[in-house]
Amino acid sequence: MPQVTLTVNGKQHTVDVEGRTLLVELLREKLRLTGTHVGCDTSQCGACVVHIDGNSVKSCTTLAVMCQGANVTTIEGLAKPDGTLHPMQEAFREYHALQCGFCTPGMVMSAVDLVAKNPQGLSEKEIREGLEGNLCRCTGYHNIVKAIAAAQDVMHGKRSTVAAAAE
Amino acid sequence: MNAVAPFEGIGVRMRRKEDLRFLSGKGSYTDDMSRPNQTHCVFLRSPHAHAAIRSVDTAAAAAMPGVVRIFTGADYAADKLGGVPCGWLIHNKDGSPMNEPPHPVLAHGKVRYVGDAVAMVIAETREAARDAAEKIVVDYDVLPAVAGINEALAAGAPQLHEAAPRNICYDWHIGEKGPVDVAFAAAHKIVTLDLTNNRLIPNAMEPRAAIGEYDAHSGEYTLHTTSQNPHVIRLLMGAFVLNIPEHKLRIVAPDVGGGFGSKIFHYIEEAAVTWAAPKVGRPIKWTADRTEAFMTDAHGRDHISTARLALDKDGKFLALHVQTKANLGAYLSTFATSVPTYLYATLLAGTYTTPAIYAEVTSVFTNTVPVDAYRGAGRPEATFLLERLVDVAARETGIDRVEIRRRNFIKPDQFPYQTPVALQYDSGNYFATLDAALASSDWAGFEARRAEAAKRGKLRGIGISTYLEACGIAPSAVAGALGARAGLYEVGAIRVHPTGSVTVLTGTHSHGQGHETTFAQLVADQLGVPFDKVDVVHGDTSKIPFGMGTYGSRSLPVGGTALVKAMDKIIAKAKRIAAHLLEADVADIEFDPRAGAFKVAGTDRSKAWGEIALTAYVPHNYPIEELEPGLDETAYYDPKNFTFPGGCHIAEVEIDPDTGHVAMINFTAVDDVGRVINPMIVEGQVQGGVAQGIGQALLEACVYDAQGQLLSGSMMDYTMPRADDLAPVSVATHTTLCTHNPLGVKGCGEVGAIGSPPAVINAVVDALRDHGVRHLDMPATPAKIWSIINTRMAAE
Repeated sequence: MPQVTLTVNGKQHTVDVEGRTLLVELLREKLRLTGTHVGCDTSQCGACVVHIDGNSVKSCTTLAVMCQGANVTTIEGLAKPDGTLHPMQEAFREYHALQCGFCTPGMVMSAVDLVAKNPQGLSEKEIREGLEGNLCRCTGYHNIVKAIAAAQDVMHGKRSTVAAAAE
Repeated sequence: MNAVAPFEGIGVRMRRKEDLRFLSGKGSYTDDMSRPNQTHCVFLRSPHAHAAIRSVDTAAAAAMPGVVRIFTGADYAADKLGGVPCGWLIHNKDGSPMNEPPHPVLAHGKVRYVGDAVAMVIAETREAARDAAEKIVVDYDVLPAVAGINEALAAGAPQLHEAAPRNICYDWHIGEKGPVDVAFAAAHKIVTLDLTNNRLIPNAMEPRAAIGEYDAHSGEYTLHTTSQNPHVIRLLMGAFVLNIPEHKLRIVAPDVGGGFGSKIFHYIEEAAVTWAAPKVGRPIKWTADRTEAFMTDAHGRDHISTARLALDKDGKFLALHVQTKANLGAYLSTFATSVPTYLYATLLAGTYTTPAIYAEVTSVFTNTVPVDAYRGAGRPEATFLLERLVDVAARETGIDRVEIRRRNFIKPDQFPYQTPVALQYDSGNYFATLDAALASSDWAGFEARRAEAAKRGKLRGIGISTYLEACGIAPSAVAGALGARAGLYEVGAIRVHPTGSVTVLTGTHSHGQGHETTFAQLVADQLGVPFDKVDVVHGDTSKIPFGMGTYGSRSLPVGGTALVKAMDKIIAKAKRIAAHLLEADVADIEFDPRAGAFKVAGTDRSKAWGEIALTAYVPHNYPIEELEPGLDETAYYDPKNFTFPGGCHIAEVEIDPDTGHVAMINFTAVDDVGRVINPMIVEGQVQGGVAQGIGQALLEACVYDAQGQLLSGSMMDYTMPRADDLAPVSVATHTTLCTHNPLGVKGCGEVGAIGSPPAVINAVVDALRDHGVRHLDMPATPAKIWSIINTRMAAE
């Protein structure tokens, strides 16, 4: 049985896998990191998005054996060790950008990468286009788009808090 | 309990309690759970829409590595247990009961849709189970199949069930035909419209899952399942399928990743893993993959209708006659029969004073996945029919489409309003929601925007829908008289702990709605306890006294009211304790939730909540002869009536004539959902519902071929709305209070999906007004619109 050594959320693991084992299966079943979800079989929904070496990747279409030596971050590893939420997590809460929570981990991981790769800032239209690979059935995306817009300002140092304007 | 603390009660946009766990990956969905020593189950499913099963050979599969057991339909049949029951008995026009063919847990003798379960393979891993399932040899005698409604009703059509001649489940009607015929005979104008309501696949993002377990020592079964109503599953599966008494059957529905109706129903997989668990002696886990979800989650809608509206010379509606044929799929899902009847035709008065309405509904079996409630369930179908018909009537009478609605609205002083189709609306103000939506969408300024778009070569349209819905089916006695086989009350328990914190137990279930927040706010408001000191528990039959679950936007109007009733009991008891401590008459005790204190009226003598709670559990100075210790109350609430949210939705679209693509430009919703507990959550519910409605109107279509093969069987084939398909949704509320529940709440979960589809299609038809389009069935895809534009241009 093949063995793969990878770093997940800062911790190194060596795991026995089958050749067909997917990264998401390794995360969920071997490491019990069940925050990363599987929502479809066809790489459409994005519930499984994690970061590999800083890039957002659909872990349902990544073989575990491809991740030898990789540095993987999952939703469980996004907040600071002291529990301080990432601005994207904060913004999702502040703008009610999640309902059932199932797409949320993948949505947040995609959004973090989308914003990080676009330091020039994204318009509403660009955020919507950037979310093409993630499906949400609950929110209609309205609040997700708002949350990402607020989080990018914090991530790019343009404001200090994601807090919504006075209501 | 601190008077200067920020107000955390009704009306505040409290951020959700649920979010921290979901945002940190700490949610606990069924598939996230692993039970000790569990096995994994895969169902072998029929590739044929209709076939006789000659034989099932499992020998090679059973010899595969890691296989624990394999069960077939014959094994299940040998135990002489039940099939999955239907929860609503409908009667035919002649009073006879509907045809109710059995719905087996594992197909035996015959398969009736692609996805029908033929065998279950239990193995050490999911992969091993999957590998083994491929080795099962099923000898099928493939039979002619039928997928469409009209095809199923045609002479000589393939027959699905011996117990359902001509594939008919029932032929039902509501209203009085006589007055309708009289009105049509005298009508100034008759408008007729044929339309379909497209079949949809719910696609909650979390696929269904179930884990069945059996404890041989206690004799207790436990089922973890992705359900919107665990107690209903316990009742149906325990009493009707597996003969397990309630005290030996625990159902847990933990975090559930969206439902939209599709997780109401008792599915065969739940029964199968529970049934097999004691035979295997280990827990059995099953998780659907998305393909399986497409093939087995109950689908929604799928109606074909003809509607006729009679009008007088002033455009007043005189009568409505509707004939609908509904597809129920291959078997009766739990509430399938009620959706095209009591949840549909009773809504055909809408917001209008139409004095005579008669509706006939024929429901048919086809070789497709069972069809049942999907967000709105019957009410979107009624609303689409009515709001399209009104728009066509406006055009054909030459009366402005807003004006014709105003002329026919039920007026604010006409409530309570009795419709000719059974319902009595308690409150509403359709003029107010209309006016607010017209203003918010700048309806008056639209023609300028149309002209501006035309300069860019785009076809711009605006559409309106003034809808009504009915939530929280009730009362139980009435529903029972109409065929419901369950009660429709809700249960709430309030447990005040000795130090004053509160646990709330509710029989409703939250799978995205945020009840942990809304209900905590409600309790904080009514009891004056800090929001952070209130936790809400739901979804476990071993913790919650009882419940009917969450569907039909009932959680707040029915479940929330049960909590209010329980809190009333808590406050009444707390007042007696306070009276004792304060040496006052109980009649003189006043409770001030803002101060979190009980005081003697007209004095400054008071007792804080904390002291009352502690006294209830440490009853040293206590009226023990007349009052039991403790502060823990339960209430069952059976509503007097439905609640009736309503409102106005306005869609603005722009069509690119070169591609036929419809761009959503703007969507305005003004809804009357009664009193709002948390505006943030209500807006989110409406936005999400509208997205599903836009999906139905523009993108989503479940497609079967003539042989019953599901062509739209993955997210690559079925168009789920994505972020860039949608536009911002402006949401506002205008409140009239429900008159028959203490909070005045109506429910908000479905309004978005109910009001929006006709608004979008009315906008598309408006955009195409110069292209000879009278009506367009959903979804209004680019291909459909491009061919309308180009066929016409070619003809010219």
